[in-house]
Amino acid sequence: MTKQTHIIEHKVISSWISSGASVLNLGCGGGELLNLLIKNKQVHAQGVELSEQAIHNCVAAGLSVYQQDIDTGLTEYGGKSVDYVILNQTLQQVKKPDFVIKEALRVGKKVIVGFPNFCYITGRIQIFFGGKVPVSPSLPYEWYDTPNLHFLSIADFKEYCKKRNITIEKVAIISKNHAVRVLPNLFGEVGLFLLSK
Amino acid sequence: MEAKKLITNQKTNPTQNYTFAYPPDELTLDSGEKLGQITLAYETYGELNAKKSNVILILHALTGDTHASGPDGWWENLIGPGKGIDTDKYSVVCSNVIGGCKGSTGPSSTNPKTGKPYGSSFPLISIGNMVEAQKHLVEHLGIEKLLSVVGGSMGGMQVLQWMVSYPDKIRSAIPIATTLKHTPQQIAFNEVGRQAVMADPDWRNGDYYNHAPPVKGLAVARMIGHITYMSDTSMTEKFGRKTCADKGPFKFAADFEVEGYLRYRGDNFVKRFDANSYLYLTKAIDNFNILNGHPLGSVFRGLKAKVLVLAFKSDWLYPAYQSQEIVKACKLAGVDASYCEITSTYGHDSFLLETEQETQLIGSFLKAVANGNGSGSHT
Repeated sequence: MTKQTHIIEHKVISSWISSGASVLNLGCGGGELLNLLIKNKQVHAQGVELSEQAIHNCVAAGLSVYQQDIDTGLTEYGGKSVDYVILNQTLQQVKKPDFVIKEALRVGKKVIVGFPNFCYITGRIQIFFGGKVPVSPSLPYEWYDTPNLHFLSIADFKEYCKKRNITIEKVAIISKNHAVRVLPNLFGEVGLFLLSK
Repeated sequence: MEAKKLITNQKTNPTQNYTFAYPPDELTLDSGEKLGQITLAYETYGELNAKKSNVILILHALTGDTHASGPDGWWENLIGPGKGIDTDKYSVVCSNVIGGCKGSTGPSSTNPKTGKPYGSSFPLISIGNMVEAQKHLVEHLGIEKLLSVVGGSMGGMQVLQWMVSYPDKIRSAIPIATTLKHTPQQIAFNEVGRQAVMADPDWRNGDYYNHAPPVKGLAVARMIGHITYMSDTSMTEKFGRKTCADKGPFKFAADFEVEGYLRYRGDNFVKRFDANSYLYLTKAIDNFNILNGHPLGSVFRGLKAKVLVLAFKSDWLYPAYQSQEIVKACKLAGVDASYCEITSTYGHDSFLLETEQETQLIGSFLKAVANGNGSGSHT
């Protein structure tokens, strides 16, 4: 993921969130997004993260963070107890994405999902002409050393939402430093979705 | 000003005492009985600031004492100048508990009514009673609000009790390797320890203070305790199946190093701890149940303090799931809580030994609390 795409992603997420809302960020890393949301939107922020070092960084930043494997569910949260649950760059790395989304939609009034589009044009070119699994800025890992367990495209995710009766309220498709409007599943590097159910 | 003086004269007098609850104003215990007068032992480190807003209360485990920092302090790697709990910045108070034998009123203390040691006439005390006594101490020191309360194991139970009994008196809380309530397994280990003490004929129903104390029983209790404080891995690393050099002619001598170690630990313990205190304190932790019949989500409701819960991967005596329950209770109550399960192989002892990780987490957490950094607008 290029830094620029990251910044845009965070900007888009921030623009979707209302001021003073409660936010639960699943796979919050060192808390960069949460810090931004606290600064820009004065949110009540909570993070869930698996990595011990990332937890250290969050605690140092004064964030409320809970070390947990989100594949085990969010039992400590009541139904619709959080305004926004964010799964940014997390979904492709969990074992049970279907279950995790279900839990996120149970706990959150709205859910924001962001993931790298596996069918981005450079990926397609690498598969078609190179005959190799794509390695790109948004999918920077070799097949033998990747945290990504699931590969999905923007079209796949839309189809999934339809199948599960999940309402897609907003979509933002980003490539490098700009929004993509034409053929998003081909030219979009990252897909961001605002969901509700 | 009196508080400042009290808190800074520790260089000449490391362990201090506060005596209160003189009759007729005795402390009414959870058992319904009254206890007074009460002496509570404590130590202080670091300077109190002008606003009296930098005080951290440290609470020790079952057999700990007030000497937390400095040479031979049980948390000397964590508490001190420039350390995780930095005594250059914070004023640290480490309080003992009632029922103990480390300078505070307990079964080995003299009953003012009889002029003799309490022995088994000492009333049953609870974690709640210990914490109430500590609140008297904190008020005596002139502290309105503590920056933090920190403790592991039984000390962690006291932290949880502070969160429930005096939520407005704390800005943050750090319960470590502890639980909302003991499971049957945890009670069972304590019961075996108590039975070992009470099976020793020298125990004399608790009134042994004019005789030889029940050292054999207490030593066995301590040996059991030590097994539960370590882990399979840490014992294998420490002892393996190494044998002792000087095996005696006796068939059941301490052949293996682990046997020698446990005997040594047991024999040493009886020199510094009172058998009756062991009974009273283990009962207090077995009876502890912060939920007290209330639903999990209601116990910390209304708490404004920030909470950092820590557990250790190899701790099988207070397993991580118990700490996760504490966090769950916080989350359900809308309390701002963080949780980290620290990688360690030392078992329950990790909270005393894994100080590098604790330094990072506790140090930065306290800094964020002291600077007023929150997780957002309406925590």
